[in-house]
Amino acid sequence: MKVTLENLTKVFPSRNKKKKADVTAVKDFTFEIPDGKLVGLLGPSGCGKSTTLYMISGLEKPTSGKIFFGDTDVTDTPPEKRGIGLVFQNYALYPHLTVEENIMFPLQNLKGKDKLSREQMAAKVADAARLVAIEELTDRKPSELSGGQQQRVAIARALVKTPQVLLLDEPLSNLDARLRLQTREEIRRIQKETGITTIFVTHDQEEAMSISDIIVVMREGVVQQTGAPQEIYDKPKNLFVAKFLGTPPINVFNGRVSGGALTFGDDVLFNVDGVSDGEYYVGIRPEGFILSESGAFRASLRAVSVMGRDITVVSSHTAMTGSEVRSIVNSEHISRVGEDTVRFDVNPKKVYIFDKNTEMTVPFETKGGAK
Amino acid sequence: MKKESDKKSAVLRVLTYVLLIVWAIIVLFPFYWMILTSFKSYGSYTSEYIPKFYVSSPTFDNYIDAFTTVPLARYFLNTVIFTIITTALMLIVSILAAYAFARLDFRGKNVLFTGFLALMMIPSELVVITNFVTITNLDLRNTFTGLILPSVTSVFYIYLLRENFSQVPDELYYAAKVDGTSDFKYLWRVMLPICRPTVITITILKVIECWNSYVWPRLITDDENYYLVSNGIQEIRENGFGRENIPAMMAAVVVISVPLIIIYLIFRNKIMEGVSRGGIKG
Amino acid sequence: MKKNSPKAWLYLLPAIIFLAAFMIYPLIDVFIYSFEEGFNFATQTSFGTGLYNYSYVLHDTYFLQAVKNTFILVIITVPISTGLALLISLGLSSIKALRKLFQTIYFLPYVTNTLAVGLVFMILFEKTEYTDGLINLVINLFGGESIDFIDGPYSAKMFVLCFYTIWVVMPFKILILTSALASVKEDYYRAAKIDGTSKFRTFYKITLPMISPMLFYLVITGFIGAFKAYSDAVALFGTDLNAAGMNTIVGYVYDMLYGDSGGYPSYASAAAIILFVIVLTVTCINLLVSRKHTYYD
Repeated sequence: MKVTLENLTKVFPSRNKKKKADVTAVKDFTFEIPDGKLVGLLGPSGCGKSTTLYMISGLEKPTSGKIFFGDTDVTDTPPEKRGIGLVFQNYALYPHLTVEENIMFPLQNLKGKDKLSREQMAAKVADAARLVAIEELTDRKPSELSGGQQQRVAIARALVKTPQVLLLDEPLSNLDARLRLQTREEIRRIQKETGITTIFVTHDQEEAMSISDIIVVMREGVVQQTGAPQEIYDKPKNLFVAKFLGTPPINVFNGRVSGGALTFGDDVLFNVDGVSDGEYYVGIRPEGFILSESGAFRASLRAVSVMGRDITVVSSHTAMTGSEVRSIVNSEHISRVGEDTVRFDVNPKKVYIFDKNTEMTVPFETKGGAK
Repeated sequence: MKKESDKKSAVLRVLTYVLLIVWAIIVLFPFYWMILTSFKSYGSYTSEYIPKFYVSSPTFDNYIDAFTTVPLARYFLNTVIFTIITTALMLIVSILAAYAFARLDFRGKNVLFTGFLALMMIPSELVVITNFVTITNLDLRNTFTGLILPSVTSVFYIYLLRENFSQVPDELYYAAKVDGTSDFKYLWRVMLPICRPTVITITILKVIECWNSYVWPRLITDDENYYLVSNGIQEIRENGFGRENIPAMMAAVVVISVPLIIIYLIFRNKIMEGVSRGGIKG
Repeated sequence: MKKNSPKAWLYLLPAIIFLAAFMIYPLIDVFIYSFEEGFNFATQTSFGTGLYNYSYVLHDTYFLQAVKNTFILVIITVPISTGLALLISLGLSSIKALRKLFQTIYFLPYVTNTLAVGLVFMILFEKTEYTDGLINLVINLFGGESIDFIDGPYSAKMFVLCFYTIWVVMPFKILILTSALASVKEDYYRAAKIDGTSKFRTFYKITLPMISPMLFYLVITGFIGAFKAYSDAVALFGTDLNAAGMNTIVGYVYDMLYGDSGGYPSYASAAAIILFVIVLTVTCINLLVSRKHTYYD
């Protein structure tokens, strides 16, 4: 089922009586989610991603704008008639019911011609339980399950009515690191197996990158960029997106372009075409640094930590905006590190130039080719 | 389909408000009636076969009567004295005991605390009898001492305070000890300020309890000079203005009710929170 | 560990003295009294030890009347007040406008003097020479006959007593139930809404089980409280409850102690212990039932 959002906007009236300003949680969100894809809504907390999810579910009504499931306008359709499954951040499993009763709960609500017999319900519950691999737990109460198992039960309950759209609100945030890796693969698998259009919300960029087909990056209610994970990582539209994606995060410098050359402090990196002279923010991904004795980028070394195949070099540079410069280099080069000053060559493909006022990405070209 | 469900929920909304408003009227009406009646003159009250819902010529005479023909001021003052002393003693006793249970270590602490908790389940009706005999034998009837002493202890308040004291991190105590602070000073300067909300809560609850207490004062006093408002109002009803002078009686009722209602309106949230945490009345 | 010991006992001393003198000693003593046959306070004499006091109390018509009154009061007021409080709390939690105001109003009876407000109820229901009382006028309006609720037929008097008792206990129940309802997480309702659960089913299958511990707590404390009813009756019918035929068990206990019929602490003790046994039994039954039907987290 294709899901289309048209100019979706949600304004919450101000709760604070002294400050009359209303809060715009989501602003003019237009996007089409293709059928059968796994979409991650990504952004820091308070960016409006959960509100968007609740609007798609029907729990919140949009202030303006429309929502389509397929070609049907569902903007005014109540949640139960939309054919969706929703998994809550804390799972919202009914604590007094067993796993089986929890999963069966939505089926028991069906009335009239949709009403199912006891056997049909049991069969559906068994299917859902099998899908999420919790068949042997169906007699237990939620409190007797681990976090990961509760998560699976919640997914089974959301899937048992075979929804057309599956919505997940921060599905992994209540799990520990190991379970998180495992569960996210599990979600990917279930989504692939059922082919249901799935939308999930997260503040964890790594999570979104690893399983989504499409990522939507949001900030303060406004969509910043949409696209495939790699595409967003490689071609961020603005400074916010560039900073939000990637671990360790991108290094941002106060740079300038003069006479066509990109310069940091005293270091002249390389020539850029198509950028007018002036001051810019310049971002360099950690993997964009290449250790080189003749490198143009000179930084004072602070620390080196070896992480197996890669090593992280922490240094400082007069033009940096953060507190340090992190670079990841191949451990074969370890012998070259050791003096007070380290010198790097910089891979232009990993360099981004941002306008100082708008913080939008400024495209440029190098001899190496267009970027 | 959609319209029908909208209609249904609109009807439900209206019904909800009707229910809530009806109950609000049932709750408020007696208060309205007592205030209204207290401003009617005796003559106009008795002449209204169908009582009027307003006062045509309000009078303060009833309030003057309430303070002059019956010793309402006396009852009032007695209750204030009783409430203040009982509450103060309760606070001292409870705070000290709660501190020992929460902060100090001694042999038999757990056994003793369990014993304390068991006492919470003892209904006051069982112990009132002997207390009545004890106070009578000690010749303490019709004295403040007799009124106050058995009313001081509340195991429940000790328990509530101890729970709150226990939540204060140990580090604060060790830090104070390192600085050479005595236990008493620590309790006074650190523990109490931190736990002030709970102390205020139990103070208010105890004040309400004292102000409304009826059984004990009735048993232990038969001298008007020691009546509290509860048995005072009963006395007024049976022997005061005579059964007929209802407006004057209502004036007395208003006077008695007002202090607590004012306290309630000021400390509404604290009282509600305390009551729902305590979950015990009387 | 032991270093603190003497100091700790010093802190505990006042509490222990008070509790020993006014709770523990009386608790033991009340049993002793109850077995001292026919102990007369004035003459300080008794005529033996045994179960005579219990037998006396159980054969006393006043006591039997008090037991009957108390049981009727319990059976009527506990279910009605709990059910009504649940209904009102559900209403309260479903609205936003005026909610604070309603809550403030509903709690008002809790902080008022039972004896004082009881007088207002008395005049509202009472029939006197110059007026039939407001309630009777309302009854007349609907074509009914005036009834003397305070000094008339038993059922009328019982009605007023129950009505006033419910009025007095409602604030506490509404308060507890509203906070119990508020503690049910919003996500459960959202999940139920997504699944298209009807309002009634949501209430029956989700809300009710979730608040069931609090509901049972209210029923249990409601029973205990109603069994100890006394001052509400005094407020309505005056101190001579036996004459009005509206005495309660607790009222009987106090009448045995004090006043014209008083001076018999041993009968009072026996009656108090019988009351205690009744309350204990009912509470145990309640607990057994609740264990079966309550969901505990």
